Amino acid sequence: MALTDKDIKKLSHLAKINIDSKDEEIILSKLDGIIKLIDSMQKVNTDNIDPMSHALDITQPLREDVVTEKNQKNDFLELGPESNDDYFIVPRVVE
Amino acid sequence: MSWDIVIGIETHVQLTTQTKIFSGAPTSFGMPANENACLVSLAYPGTLPVLNKEAVKKAIKFGLAVNADIAEHSVFARKNYFYPDLPKGYQISQFELPVVNNGFLTIGDNKKIRILRAHLEEDAGKSVHGILNNQTGIDLNRAGTPLLEIVTEPDMNSAQEAIAYAKKLHNLVQWIGVCDGNMQEGSFRCDVNVSVKPSGSDKLGTRREIKNLNSFRNMEQAINFEVNWQIEQLEDGNEIVQSTVLFNPDNGETRAMRSKEEANDYRYFPDPDLLPLKITQEDIDDIRLTLGQLPEESIKKLVEDFKLNDADASIITTNKQTYEFFQSLISEGLDPKITANWIVVNLFAKLNDNELSINQSPINKDQFVLLIRRIMDKTISNNAAKKIFDLLWDDPKVDVDQSIESLGLKQVSDASAILPLVQEVIAHNQAMVEQFKSGKDKAFNALVGQVMKLSKGKANPGQVSELLKGELDKV
Repeated sequence: MALTDKDIKKLSHLAKINIDSKDEEIILSKLDGIIKLIDSMQKVNTDNIDPMSHALDITQPLREDVVTEKNQKNDFLELGPESNDDYFIVPRVVE
Repeated sequence: MSWDIVIGIETHVQLTTQTKIFSGAPTSFGMPANENACLVSLAYPGTLPVLNKEAVKKAIKFGLAVNADIAEHSVFARKNYFYPDLPKGYQISQFELPVVNNGFLTIGDNKKIRILRAHLEEDAGKSVHGILNNQTGIDLNRAGTPLLEIVTEPDMNSAQEAIAYAKKLHNLVQWIGVCDGNMQEGSFRCDVNVSVKPSGSDKLGTRREIKNLNSFRNMEQAINFEVNWQIEQLEDGNEIVQSTVLFNPDNGETRAMRSKEEANDYRYFPDPDLLPLKITQEDIDDIRLTLGQLPEESIKKLVEDFKLNDADASIITTNKQTYEFFQSLISEGLDPKITANWIVVNLFAKLNDNELSINQSPINKDQFVLLIRRIMDKTISNNAAKKIFDLLWDDPKVDVDQSIESLGLKQVSDASAILPLVQEVIAHNQAMVEQFKSGKDKAFNALVGQVMKLSKGKANPGQVSELLKGELDKV
């Protein structure tokens, strides 16, 4: 499966990344290389092998349901690029 | 042309935990903005999610309650999208391998609604629009609150069935203690997928998803509007475009929210920050022990143990509080049928009229017990008891026995007091007596009425009938 510049546009839109048109070709060839790598991996016989969902062969440790975090609202709001007394402020977003 | 309605429901159930699903920040509702925010919900670099044990337990508990399979191995995935109230740029959810699979609930006359899956995920924060001109405020208190998203197969075929399923689910999650069920606070939110197809056709129509319905009334209105709209479109020769729609409770209409060209592409992939979740049979068995008696079994028990009818038993198991209230009344030695009748007819009527839940009932339990006891020992009639119940509703300090005295509601069951009244009525209503003798049963009821009137409503009607029968036989 070969990628086209249309795919690059779609992906950059979804990932909210601006890609210069002069970089498009380089990115396209790099991503294409990755896709080709995956294509050749697809040829490996994986019958009777369970799909792997994590690189480590261990399972998820669980945390007790106990509050450990204190209210640090003021510190957090100060770290934000813009805030008022209660909220982080962002440009207006309306559906 | 006639149409089939096809409905599937996705419900976001907020799990009752002390802390968020992936961090130790509190989940308390109604806190000032951002006081429950934490480094994990703010997506600070270097933070990692650590899964809350209680959220997993509650997901398993739900799975067991709907006869589902609990996955021995399940995986968290990233659902990628950008919105300011989701600082990471992805929501941690489950995709290919959810924790709960293949359950069901039954509604109405034993119709099975299949539950395809239920998966754990985190809630997003809240956007507050219009704080200042052209600005939006972000409150991350809710970000990271544990949710269980419960997804049905498209097994419902009317708004009524959809509501029946949603109500049943709403009762169940509260009954087993995994959700507080508070719809106003958003603890139980339904997305309803609606499509229509020509009657009998095998092929499903294109669906539209009505988002975030937070009351049963809205759900019913929204589905009915949506169904009519879709049928109208198809009959006019238009096509339905798959879309997400919002319901406007002010005009009862649904309208499309996002258009198809922005069709979501979430690019799910397993979250490398979280290891696969392993659930052992031992974990499942331990949780099964905490499940207790479910609503369905409770209905059966009410019918078998107390000979209640199905309708009354269903109403008493509407929620766990009502069931426990009923049980606590019965444990005081009250008659189950009279008690059930009083809860279903009188108490529920008052609660519904005042839009209160049973937890908010102003009725003093001890006085309510006494009131039913006075009906059982025939001190007062059922009608007289209703008068006192009204007083109890308005003022919990009202004393039942004193009110019976002061209102003169005591029922006369003493034969020596009633007999002279019966004889007087027979003497003065010869015409009716003759009608009765000639086989008109109605005349008997009229005579009972006359005696009741003469006793100013205080005579025990059962006693009156009995004495009247005896006296009429002598005539």
